[in-house]
Amino acid sequence: MRAAFFLKGDVRMDNIINALPYLMEGLQVTLYIFVIAIIIGFIIGLIVALFRLSPFKILNWIAKIFVDAIRGTPFIVQLFFIYFGLNSLDFFSMSNTTAGIVTVAINAGAYFSEIIRAGIQSIDKGQTEAARSLGLNSTQNMRYIILPQAFRRMLPTITNQAIISLKDTSLLSVIGVADLTQEGKIQASQTFDAFNIYLILGVIYFIVIYLLSMLANFIERKFVLR
Amino acid sequence: MTMIRVENLKKSFGDLEVLKDMSTVVEEKEVICVIGPSGSGKSTFLRCLNRLEEISGGHVYIDGTDITDPKNDINKIRQDVGMVFQQFNLFPHKTVMQNVTLAPMKLKGLDKAAAEKKAYELLDKVGLREKAKAYPGELSGGQKQRVAIARALAMDPKIMLFDEPTSALDPEMVGDVLDVMKDLAREGMTMVVVTHEMGFAAEMGDRVLFIDGGYIVEENIPKELFGNPQHERTKAFLSKVL
Repeated sequence: MRAAFFLKGDVRMDNIINALPYLMEGLQVTLYIFVIAIIIGFIIGLIVALFRLSPFKILNWIAKIFVDAIRGTPFIVQLFFIYFGLNSLDFFSMSNTTAGIVTVAINAGAYFSEIIRAGIQSIDKGQTEAARSLGLNSTQNMRYIILPQAFRRMLPTITNQAIISLKDTSLLSVIGVADLTQEGKIQASQTFDAFNIYLILGVIYFIVIYLLSMLANFIERKFVLR
Repeated sequence: MTMIRVENLKKSFGDLEVLKDMSTVVEEKEVICVIGPSGSGKSTFLRCLNRLEEISGGHVYIDGTDITDPKNDINKIRQDVGMVFQQFNLFPHKTVMQNVTLAPMKLKGLDKAAAEKKAYELLDKVGLREKAKAYPGELSGGQKQRVAIARALAMDPKIMLFDEPTSALDPEMVGDVLDVMKDLAREGMTMVVVTHEMGFAAEMGDRVLFIDGGYIVEENIPKELFGNPQHERTKAFLSKVL
C-alpha cells in the first residue's frame, strides 16, 4: 500500500520540467492581472475612503453601500455577475481577462478603502490642526500631512490585502482566464500527474507571494521607521 | 491699530455652552496672557481666534477681516495667524527643515533655497540650526516646541497664538521656550498666550485676561490683576496658583 502511494505520489521531475514553460506563461498572465488590478484597486480604495470621510452625507452613503456590497458577497459571485451577468446585457461586452481585472480591482478596492479610512483616522487630529493653522486647505492637509503618514502606517495591512488579491486571481481560472492556475489545471489533466503539477503550482504561488512580502518589508524598513 | 477684535463671541459643543459672551480687543504689538482654571474655556477661546473651532455666535475680526463671514477665505487669514500647540504637533514624517519650509513653499510659492534660507534664520533664532536635518522624534520636548514656533513664524504671521506652550514640557525645558517667546514679544509680535506660567504673564503680558465659566471675568495690566484683583473668582483662582 505504501509503495503504491509512493508510486502515484512520487516527485516526477520530468513532468514538472515539461510543464514549467506553460506555467510560466500562466504566471505572466497572473502577474499582469494582479499588477493592473491592484493599482486600479488602490485608486478605487483611496477614492472610496475619501468619500467615506467626506462631510457630504451622500458620498458617505455611496461609499458605505459599495463596501458593504463587496464585503457581503463572495468573490466568485462578484466575478460571475461581472463576467456572465453584465456580458448578458445587449450593450455590454468584455473579455474574461478584463472581467477578471475589474472584479479583482473592485474587490480589492473595497477592502483597501477600509484600510485607508482606518489609516487616515488613526492620525492624531493635532496634525490636521497644525496644518490648517498654517493656512493649508483640507486637500493640501490630506496630501502633504495626513496621507503620507497614514500610508506608512497602513503598509503592512495593504500588503496583506494585496496577497489575498493575488490569491483571488486564481479564481479567474473558473471563467477560463489563462492564468497560472488555469495552466496548472491544463497541465495536470494532460500529464495525468495532478500530484506533481499542483505541488509545483503551489510552490510557484508561494515563491511569488514570498517575494512580494519581502518587497513590502523592504519598503517598510526604508520608509516607515520614523 | 487693532489686530484682533472679539465681539460677543459664543461657542457651544452641542448643548454645552463653553464660551458665553466674550468681547475684547487686542492691539498691534500687544502681548495678552489668558489665564483661568482648567475647563474655563481659555483654549477654546484661543482656538476660535483662527476658527479651529467653528464659532457659534458673535464675531471675530483679524486685522479688520471678519473670520466668521464665510465669504472671507479662512485659509488666507490663517496664514497671518501663527499657532503653537501644547502637544507641539510637528509633522513626524518630515525633518525639522521640512516642517519649517512646507507652508512657505506650498502657500507663498517660495522656492526651496529661499524657504531654507528663511528657515535657517528662524532656527538660529530658536537656537536649533544644528537640528535642521533631524526628525521630530529625535528632539526633546523643548526642542520640538521651539521648532513649532519657528514653523509658525515661517509664514511671517501678524499674530501668534500660543495654547499652553509649556504645559507638556519637563520643567527644565520650560525656560528655553519662554525665552524664545520673550524675544518674540520684545520684537513687537502681537501675541495671545494661554498659559499657566504666571511669572511669564506678569513679566511679559501687556494685559492679562482671567477667564472663568465661559466669560472674561476680569482683564487688566498684570500688576493690577495680580496685585489687586477685583472679582472674588479672580482672587480665589490667584490664591491657588500664586
